[in-house]
Amino acid sequence: MTEKEMLVDYLLRLGDNSLILGQRLAEWCGHAPILEEDLAITNIGLDLLGQSRLLLTYAGEVEGKGRDEDKLAFHRDTMAWRNFLLLEQPNGDFAKTMARQMYFDAFQYLQYEALSKSSDPQLAGIATKSIKEITYHRRHSSNWVIRLGDGTLESHDKMQTALNELWGFVHEMFDMDDVDNAMLAKGIGVDVAALRPAWDQYIEEVLAEATLSRPYVTWSVRGSREGKHSEHLGYILAEMQFLQRAYPDAKW
Amino acid sequence: MVVTADIEKVTSVLEMVKDPEIPVLSITDMGIIRNVEMKGDRPSITITPTYSGCPAMDVIEEDITIMLKLHGIEDFELKTEISPAWTTDWMTAEGKRKLREFGIAPPEGTSKSALLGHDPVVTCPLCGSKETTVVSEFGSTACKAQYRCTDCLEPFDYFKCV
Ligand SMILES: [Zn+2]
Repeated sequence: MTEKEMLVDYLLRLGDNSLILGQRLAEWCGHAPILEEDLAITNIGLDLLGQSRLLLTYAGEVEGKGRDEDKLAFHRDTMAWRNFLLLEQPNGDFAKTMARQMYFDAFQYLQYEALSKSSDPQLAGIATKSIKEITYHRRHSSNWVIRLGDGTLESHDKMQTALNELWGFVHEMFDMDDVDNAMLAKGIGVDVAALRPAWDQYIEEVLAEATLSRPYVTWSVRGSREGKHSEHLGYILAEMQFLQRAYPDAKW
Repeated sequence: MVVTADIEKVTSVLEMVKDPEIPVLSITDMGIIRNVEMKGDRPSITITPTYSGCPAMDVIEEDITIMLKLHGIEDFELKTEISPAWTTDWMTAEGKRKLREFGIAPPEGTSKSALLGHDPVVTCPLCGSKETTVVSEFGSTACKAQYRCTDCLEPFDYFKCV
């Protein structure tokens, strides 16, 4: 990969994370347990969608092959997506959605905090803008983990189960590959491996307050950065891309 | 009619453009207009989005274009810049007053204190009581939280600090 191709790939990783999680959250629209949550979840999804628009637009500009945010969102097939496996996992029940969200919010907060000092001014600008939103997201998901964990016997069990089920997906967030290392060397990217202790500490503080335990799960899966996804991404794309697949370049 | 544009003219036209979701506020009150300058005969306007995914931004760009054309300013440049990031600290005092009159509690304190997690004391826009409690940190739009007044018991929107 050339340096330019690596930057494009790096931006797609960031943008795809936001887009796929945003799309997942949008599935809650009209289905959340209470009206306030319906509004909260969809607003968070909208923030993520906004971040992905900025990142994909920028990726398209760097690439210089005439692909804009829409082309990148709607004309790419599964193998070309770079989002974490965690984020494409189904919503499950409300506890599972909140577990997925807290794992990612806590990671994204640290990642974007570091990215706001990126040597790439455009990326630093996007990160600085987004971190204000992520601050609210992280507080929201953490508060729910605490309320459910320290709630009734049933909510406690459901929350613990959700945390356990998704634990195997968190590890790849902290992997560094060639692209990450190249971007780190240029001062553009972040050393995500170095963020793990701070992430662990944050999660442990929330879980302690929630009277929940850190999952003891030995399996882990990886592969999103090489385009190896779970079966779920295909279904997300089938729905998200339907219109542009059926009516290419349709406008409204 | 095509008029000669100057900074004052453009600025006064921009003040007529309202936030589509909070129509009592102009985009100037919101602090969305970051710069107006003349590049030769051609005005150049820089705006900044409030939230990354704010659906109002596309409408605002369209409204600016329509309003300028309506006032005879046909040729201009409209740019969006995300850096420095928009903050509620840029909302004008006039904007905050109008928000309160409209029934929305304006942002309290500074962006920094809110992002550090300090809970603000929010004044009820209906009765002025400070005895209020947060219902949800996300309201009808990304920029608002839902609150309730424990004195007059009315629910209301609070414009969050960012
Ligand atoms: Zn009141």
